[in-house]
Amino acid sequence: MDVVNQLQRQFIDYSASLHREGFLDDQFTQLQKLQDDNSPDFVVEVASLFFEDCEKLINNMARALEQQQGVDFKQVDASVHQLKGSSSSIGAMRVKDVCIAFRSFCEAQNREGCLRCLQQVTHEYSLLKNKLQTLFRLQQQILAAGGSIPVVE
Amino acid sequence: MDSCNCIEPQWPPDDLLMKYQYISDFFIALAYFSIPLELIYFVKKSAVFPYRWVLVQFGAFIVLCGATHLINLWTFTMHTRTVAMVMTTAKVFTAVVSCATALMLVHIIPDLLSVKTRELFLKNKAAELDREMGLIRTQEETGRHSRMLTHEIRSTLDRHTILKTTLVELGRTLALEECALWMPTRTGLELQLSYTLRQQNPVGYTVPIHLPVINQVFSSSHAVKISPKCPVARIRPAGKYMPGEVVAVRVPLLHLSNFQINDWPELSTKRYALMVLMLPSDSARQWHVHELELVEVVADQVAVALSHAAILEESMRARDLLMEQNVALDLARREAETAIRARNDFLAVMNHEMRTPMHAIIALSSLLQETELTPEQRLMVETILKSSNLLSTLINDVLDLSRLEDGSLQLDLGTFNLFAVFREVLNLIKPIASVKKLHVSLNLAPDLPEYAIGDEKRLMQTILNVVGNAVKFSKEGSISITAFVAKSELLRDSRTPEFFPVPSDNHFYLRVQVKDSGVGISPQDIPKLFTKFAQTQSTATRNSGGSGLGLAICKRFVNLMEGHIWIESEGLGKGCTAIFMVKLGIPERLNEPKLPFMPKVPTNHGPTAFPGLKVLVMDENGVSRMVTKGLLVHLGCDVTMVSSSEECLRVVSHEHKVVFMDVCVPGMDGYEVAIRINEKFTKRHERPIIVALTGNTDKVTKENCMRVGMDGIILKPVSLDKMRSVLSDLLEHRVLFEAI
Repeated sequence: MDVVNQLQRQFIDYSASLHREGFLDDQFTQLQKLQDDNSPDFVVEVASLFFEDCEKLINNMARALEQQQGVDFKQVDASVHQLKGSSSSIGAMRVKDVCIAFRSFCEAQNREGCLRCLQQVTHEYSLLKNKLQTLFRLQQQILAAGGSIPVVE
Repeated sequence: MDSCNCIEPQWPPDDLLMKYQYISDFFIALAYFSIPLELIYFVKKSAVFPYRWVLVQFGAFIVLCGATHLINLWTFTMHTRTVAMVMTTAKVFTAVVSCATALMLVHIIPDLLSVKTRELFLKNKAAELDREMGLIRTQEETGRHSRMLTHEIRSTLDRHTILKTTLVELGRTLALEECALWMPTRTGLELQLSYTLRQQNPVGYTVPIHLPVINQVFSSSHAVKISPKCPVARIRPAGKYMPGEVVAVRVPLLHLSNFQINDWPELSTKRYALMVLMLPSDSARQWHVHELELVEVVADQVAVALSHAAILEESMRARDLLMEQNVALDLARREAETAIRARNDFLAVMNHEMRTPMHAIIALSSLLQETELTPEQRLMVETILKSSNLLSTLINDVLDLSRLEDGSLQLDLGTFNLFAVFREVLNLIKPIASVKKLHVSLNLAPDLPEYAIGDEKRLMQTILNVVGNAVKFSKEGSISITAFVAKSELLRDSRTPEFFPVPSDNHFYLRVQVKDSGVGISPQDIPKLFTKFAQTQSTATRNSGGSGLGLAICKRFVNLMEGHIWIESEGLGKGCTAIFMVKLGIPERLNEPKLPFMPKVPTNHGPTAFPGLKVLVMDENGVSRMVTKGLLVHLGCDVTMVSSSEECLRVVSHEHKVVFMDVCVPGMDGYEVAIRINEKFTKRHERPIIVALTGNTDKVTKENCMRVGMDGIILKPVSLDKMRSVLSDLLEHRVLFEAI
């Protein structure tokens, strides 16, 4: 029982820190609420889908921005838009914020700015991925130890 | 010569003498014969005569005497023997009868005489009775007079009328010449002539009260005859020969206090008036006893009547006074009410008037904050916001306080989450505390019930105020908030002797202690803390602003909640502890929380508000699609997902009740889809509800949605509760226009 408690406390602290540092926001909490016995891995599934989506979009954007002839800002914008939507759906606050800035550079057709944002997005995305993977690992450990995942408000 | 039998009389007949004897005898016989006739005649006439036998005897005697004398007539001349024989017989008979009669008369004459005596006696008796009758009649008259007098006197409660009537009636009844009333003056040393019968306006004669004759009258309860020469009786014009008799009687002047003694007040009264009555002069009248009695009775009655009149006057005066006071009080009350109403109206109007520009200032300042500003501008805007927030709080406080003082404030009781209140306070206070580097800790006792019945808003206001004060007055250190249920031993706090809480089954006393390590308060300032507008003089308070109303309002709220609030401090620089206890109700059963947090274990099937509701979700973005699906599945819907408009149009059928489509992706015309769907389902009840999911709700998007006939817009991201409420609204009303 001690182990479970310890793990749970770890989980709570980690969640709280993620929230505090702005990696996740309320939307993530909402998602966690949707997880129940019918869909026990809902959050993990959504997160995996997100990571796939992210990678795909980032590659698209990188390719589009590498074009020397003329950057198709519309396409970039569309991708950024998608990314923004996905990140806000999952509650990835930081990623979403970068996307917002990204979009304004796209509108301004600022290639330098876009590239910079792309870098940022990639950075944020990998950070988030790591963090979430740690979180999910903790969750699995708790479940393996026989405890239940505490809900953090 | 023959010898004749004649009888020779003794003497020779003398002619003259003979003649006279002859005539006398004749008349005697006549008389003798007529007397019995007369007797018989008169006796027959009278009804009563008890001695008939005597009469017969007497009659016989007289008749025989008469016969004798008659026969005697013949004996004067020569008469025969027969005549002599008859004469002798008659004489013998007469002798017998007369002796018998004489004997009888011895018995009878005393009887006859006694009749006479009796007659005399009866006559006397009759005379005496007559006299007595006269007396009784007189007394009755007097009694009637006195009753009438009393009636007259008592029929009025007016002092003057009483006295005047007394004198008039007495004068009439007793046929007095003069009747006067002497009243004691205010000083009590003199008697003043107040009323007279004959003189209309008595001039103010006064007589010293301590004259011997007056003392004599005052010391006796009877009417006393006094000399006509004494000063009180000298009010008639002089010049009469024989002044009539004068009688004086005392009239006690009774006070209200005299009637509290059970017996008739006797010598306890000190004040008397003097009534003087004078019989007409030159008449031989004397004061009779019954007249004196009448006078005494009247005097007593007058005394009673006068005191009744005095009592009545007193009570009328008191009643008038009370009525005046009532009118004055009523006026004062109405004025006070008018004043209160005027003040309330003023406050309400001012409040409204003040709030409107306040609202404008706060709203516009917040909006201004959102725009691009230089740092200096931002600072200025923040200051504006802070000041206007402060002002707004001040306005609210003032209005609340005035309503509190009226007693017109009532608590809004309801069931609320107690823990949530504390957490909210903590959240609100944390930013300020962290800026000041203060550590705030909240400690809720384990036996504290989660839900309670009370006024949530005002409790929060109180806690916030107290904690806010703690933060305000602490420059460094820590603030600790503890809350627990007050046990009965602790309820009777020696420091608050006037607070007697009574625990009961469905109430508990929440005790909250807020301890800070700030500047503290000196003991003499502690009582002033809860008074309005009072502030301590330390520099700290001057800089922190505030109107000094906060604690006063808290105290009122706490009192309304049947509690008590106080502050303890060990002195300046030693921090202080604010403690309050309020009475809260315990809800009977814990309702299913409709609150947005803390389901401890995810429920199995979730609140399936919409079981089996067929929903179509159209979204190009995979993640977003999945999230929406997750939401709807959690709510129990049967979700179909499509990722393109063609697919959507293909799949949509009348079974789908709601269609969620993402319209903020450029290039994918969600609007087209909506139009197509509208065309497809001509009948309105077959058409599914179309809701747009979008990331921005600017005017253009909204107009577009409305134009194509969508039923609603939801702003992403969507929370569970938002989705739930949106769906219920939609299904109930078939229209929702905008859920943020």
